[in-house]
Amino acid sequence: MNPRGARPMNRRSFIARSGALVVSFSLLPHLAGAQAGKLPGSLNNEPMLDAWIRVGADGRITVFTGKAELGQGIKTALIQVAAEELLVEPSRIELVTADTARTPDEQYTAGSQSMQESGTAILHAAAQTRALLADLAAKRLGVPAERLTIRDGTVNGVAYGELVAGQALHVRAQPQSPLRDPAVRTVMGKPLARVDIPAKLTGQVIYVQDLRLPGMVHARVLRPPGYGARLRALDTAAVTSMPGVVKVVRDGNFVAVVAEREFQAIAAMRALAKAAQWDERTKLPDSKQIHELLPTLPSQNTVIHDNGKSGTGPGLIEADYRRPYQMHASIGPSCAVGLYRDETLTLWTHSQGVYPLRGAIAEMTVMPKERVRCIHMEGAGCYGHNAADDAAADAALVARALPGRPVRVQWMREDEHGWEPYGPAMLSKARGHVSAEGKVEDFQYEVWSNTHSTRPGPAGYLAPAWHLEKPFTPPPPRAIPQPTGGGDRNAIPLYKFANSRVVHHFVTEMPLRVSALRALGAYMNIFSIESFMDELAAAAHADPVEFRLRHLEDPRAQAVVRTAAERFGWPAWKKQPGRGRGFAFARYKNLAAYTAIACEVDVDRDSGRVRVGRVVAANDSGDIVNPDGIVNQIEGGIVQSLSWTLHEAVSFDRTRITSRDWGGYPILRFPDLPESVEVHLINRPGQPFLGTGEAAQGPTAAALANAIADATGTRMRELPFTAARVRQALGA
Amino acid sequence: MISLNVNGKAEELDADPATPLLYVLRDQLRLNGAKFGCGLGQCGACTVLVDGRAVFSCVTPISTLAGRRITTLEGLGTPDKPGRVQRAFIAEQAAQCGYCIPGMIMQAQALLERTPHPSAAEIRKHMSGNLCRCGTHMRILRAVERASREP
Amino acid sequence: MPRFAVIASLAAVCAACASDPVAPDAVPAKASVDPALIARGAELAAIGNCQACHTAEGGRSFAGGRPLETPFGTFYGTNITPDPDTGIGRWSEDAFKRALREGVDREGRHLYPAFPYEYYTRLTDEDIRALYAYIATREPVREPNRPHELHAPFNMRALVGSWKALYFERGVFQPDPARSAQWNRGAYLVNGLGHCGACHTPRNFLGGEKKEELFNGGVAEGWHGPALNARSPAPVPWTAEQLFKYLRSGLDDVHAIAAGPMEPVVRNLARAPEEDVRAMATYLEALAGPPSAERRKKADAALAQATSAARANGGGAEVYAGTCAVCHDRGREAGSGGALPLALGTAMTIPTSSNLLRITLEGIAPPEGEPGRAMPGFADALTDGQVKDLAAYIRSEFGGAAAWSDVADELKKIREERK
Repeated sequence: MNPRGARPMNRRSFIARSGALVVSFSLLPHLAGAQAGKLPGSLNNEPMLDAWIRVGADGRITVFTGKAELGQGIKTALIQVAAEELLVEPSRIELVTADTARTPDEQYTAGSQSMQESGTAILHAAAQTRALLADLAAKRLGVPAERLTIRDGTVNGVAYGELVAGQALHVRAQPQSPLRDPAVRTVMGKPLARVDIPAKLTGQVIYVQDLRLPGMVHARVLRPPGYGARLRALDTAAVTSMPGVVKVVRDGNFVAVVAEREFQAIAAMRALAKAAQWDERTKLPDSKQIHELLPTLPSQNTVIHDNGKSGTGPGLIEADYRRPYQMHASIGPSCAVGLYRDETLTLWTHSQGVYPLRGAIAEMTVMPKERVRCIHMEGAGCYGHNAADDAAADAALVARALPGRPVRVQWMREDEHGWEPYGPAMLSKARGHVSAEGKVEDFQYEVWSNTHSTRPGPAGYLAPAWHLEKPFTPPPPRAIPQPTGGGDRNAIPLYKFANSRVVHHFVTEMPLRVSALRALGAYMNIFSIESFMDELAAAAHADPVEFRLRHLEDPRAQAVVRTAAERFGWPAWKKQPGRGRGFAFARYKNLAAYTAIACEVDVDRDSGRVRVGRVVAANDSGDIVNPDGIVNQIEGGIVQSLSWTLHEAVSFDRTRITSRDWGGYPILRFPDLPESVEVHLINRPGQPFLGTGEAAQGPTAAALANAIADATGTRMRELPFTAARVRQALGA
Repeated sequence: MISLNVNGKAEELDADPATPLLYVLRDQLRLNGAKFGCGLGQCGACTVLVDGRAVFSCVTPISTLAGRRITTLEGLGTPDKPGRVQRAFIAEQAAQCGYCIPGMIMQAQALLERTPHPSAAEIRKHMSGNLCRCGTHMRILRAVERASREP
Repeated sequence: MPRFAVIASLAAVCAACASDPVAPDAVPAKASVDPALIARGAELAAIGNCQACHTAEGGRSFAGGRPLETPFGTFYGTNITPDPDTGIGRWSEDAFKRALREGVDREGRHLYPAFPYEYYTRLTDEDIRALYAYIATREPVREPNRPHELHAPFNMRALVGSWKALYFERGVFQPDPARSAQWNRGAYLVNGLGHCGACHTPRNFLGGEKKEELFNGGVAEGWHGPALNARSPAPVPWTAEQLFKYLRSGLDDVHAIAAGPMEPVVRNLARAPEEDVRAMATYLEALAGPPSAERRKKADAALAQATSAARANGGGAEVYAGTCAVCHDRGREAGSGGALPLALGTAMTIPTSSNLLRITLEGIAPPEGEPGRAMPGFADALTDGQVKDLAAYIRSEFGGAAAWSDVADELKKIREERK
């Protein structure tokens, strides 16, 4: 990371200055699954992308991606892809990630799409770069290209850097890419140690939290106690004379204090909090009635799936499922560094979308977009849209008030817990029945949810912008359409049912601030549908695994189900008192990775405590680039989903969020871990990348619910399965 | 002026004695290992060693640290020469976002200094004060076990 | 007379006080028991806090194994699941009733009074029946009992007979007709199943209740159980409503956050019927009596101090300012982060430093996975000297009382336990 490049620059000027060999696309590379006229992945959004790959005359290879490292290991995987097709050691590749001055606009690093979008683009770009280098070598050496030997960054012994020296080529990509045969790959499909880990484990400057610029000051923002609170009075006089305080910045209800040192800023912010008098207005709903409230709020109702004559037969089995508001709850509170100098604003941010953020910041500060640069730098894992963008907005507002001095803003823990946009509370209703042959005859499903995306884009989605003298208001939410969906993500079963119908109730009124949390609605819908599948299997007197296979036609879906069941030892598993096993499957978004999970639990009836034993997962993420990276993501997804499913719910009273630290919002700790987590991968070399990041969330929750039902005979349909709730459900 | 012994080096510091160690480490000594996570001693992201014991630096004022031995992540090793626990975490690829891991490493270091060969249950219990949000726990456990096997 | 001589002579007199065994009988099958009776038993077991002593950390409910540290040694909670070999699977209802009423096991051996039958003896037949219905229909767990580790001479079970002769009064609770039904219900629960006196009444060197000092404050596992009567050390007098809230949630903003052995008590009371906990609160409020004018004045002063910053002077003040004030001074607003202002807490005003030291060193942790107030422990962060300074400062600043004389001893004891 080099923070020196603070002066905004335009990506084109950067490329122009860099010279050497540049590969850009204007035409569709030959991609599996690509439709004519529609460019694949990120290329579709930016057809005139100037640069993905640069080979310098000094031999340096730079790869550019608009995606960001979030701890998911994307940097390592993208380097592997480039290294494979360029035939160089991965260590030779420098990867530049999301930066509005340097990299392509790939919107958000979200939706488990980085491999499909950026990975696919880089795969093809690298292959074509290699071909271009071979052509250059063929001309120079007078040897036909097909007789050249390309190895370790050389063509017939001539280094790539030497081949491109003196050249100033702007080459448009061809529709065809000479991709390497998967059978001869040396880097892709093999585990590669994550490139970012050693620095993280030895305290190097990695996170935006670690960034220190010369002359940097520290800011803290005085957050209102709740949504809609207004400052009635604030006397800042005493605070401005506190040690180290540089300035108190106020714009309406937005108040920040800047100090030379971080702890001075915190002390000053606390003093401000004591001095501030608020009018608290917003009335939050009754948290205990939220699922009764949801269906009564205004909504847009869409039949997203209608097959056969659903609903005409009797709904023999009916079940409601509930999910509370849940947090991203990053371990590191959000942070950003801003610098306003020469009428340009530079922000170092862990936002998932530097380009959309730039637009929002420009709108909020009334600056031209070209005068704002957003550079991604890692933060703590975010798992979706957390307060990263808000912290960047804070930094922008404070930096504008303090030209020439870099300003670092970090949120306090209670701010992160209290103000981040939560994963929405949801309600679902399933109805269905099985035929005499033991197949699902009818399946009806309805889901109620707020939006799952209030990402900036619009400045009205930045919380600090709500508090300004001239406030921005959030624009009306819009549903994310199928086939990916938002609240209705994975609401349509992948199973083949005789008759089925699915309705999405997009609830437009939002009592609490909500946005994208890892897997969006898929977590809840998979939990609901896969729980209901077990209820239907029981009605059919069928084994849950066999019952799923009965309704799955996709051979890849069948393969993960069979693999998970076999590795778990499903058929031979022995029932014991208080112990149960559960199974669940989903294909994320019905178009991405396939994941099946089997697990076993012990349930202590009298305390309600659930202990998770073995967890066995099978995953097909398409063409595997870094197997250990995928295993790490699935393991992590399983453990995080267990935490959501066993423990997590945002609490609030009628005016404020009340879960504002780790005591009030407990997450899973080491003693609650499963006994073991095993992940088995099915590789599909040469097939499209399917992404992995969110694949485990839903199946884990459902497998757990199914295991508890198997252990106790009682089905848990309301998340989370806290000890108190399980105990209550089981009775004495 | 307060004198602190950090990673074997005497540091003279001009700071309010009530300042928690975390901010002095990060702000004044430019050490990044200890992270701000909660400021409440609830998550362990700021864990350092004081006289060989794991301590939450976000709630430990420098006024209490005179004459005591402070070790941070940086005191265990460098990227070129990582320490034993760091090596074990790298070998197990025990990180996702990595923000909590420095605290985990320090907590593990404290355990292994007192209990060189802990049982799996002892490791789980000892690490329970440190939170991880990415769900890297299983790898962290493996890394601590690996470190306990290596000299 | 030296203690041992007393004990030895008592033992000689009462060596053979055990009773006859009750014939083994299988516990009833769950299906044969009225579910309403089982449910009632579950509520009573919650009030009795049975799970706390009969469940090991991370272990199966009621399967025993939890250590209970006492001056006489370490007791281990027994397996009371209906496993026939290791639990109470061969106990008839009569055997169960005799254990509660008389402190004798099925085989006729004395039970150590760590099992609080001195209180359970007051239970009605009806309640014992419900408790039995619940306990006997739990999931049987095969888990052999761990032998108690008691110092001589307390490892001689026969001595319990002598102890009973001196301190144990059999007999079902007798209501006071002059008092309200709610008060009587509360008195029955507090003095019977709730066995509050076990920790809140002082005991003599043989572990007998000092009857003339009922609820004057006692000891539990190294913690002080504060006085519940007029001697209550609470800076602000408790109301029944506040007691109810605290007993159900472990939290009252102007009094306390439950810690130590009180933590499982409130967790269990959260499962008890609301009207029973209200009755306990009513009785406890009456037990303390109406506060005097002087107490009210003190309470107002404490409440005022709770919202102002602490004075800073001396080494302990410096430790407090950097370590504690972050949460306790500001109160950190409502919500999950709120810490108790120390001017309102009893740990500062009780006669011993044990509670303050234990909370300082060990912190407060909500049960695994359940929301609650969390505080880190400072055992490894603070040196003994710093802890002593801090305790002295907090005692004087917030307790407003003469310095504790037991800080060094208590600290040494807690450090020993932690090794």
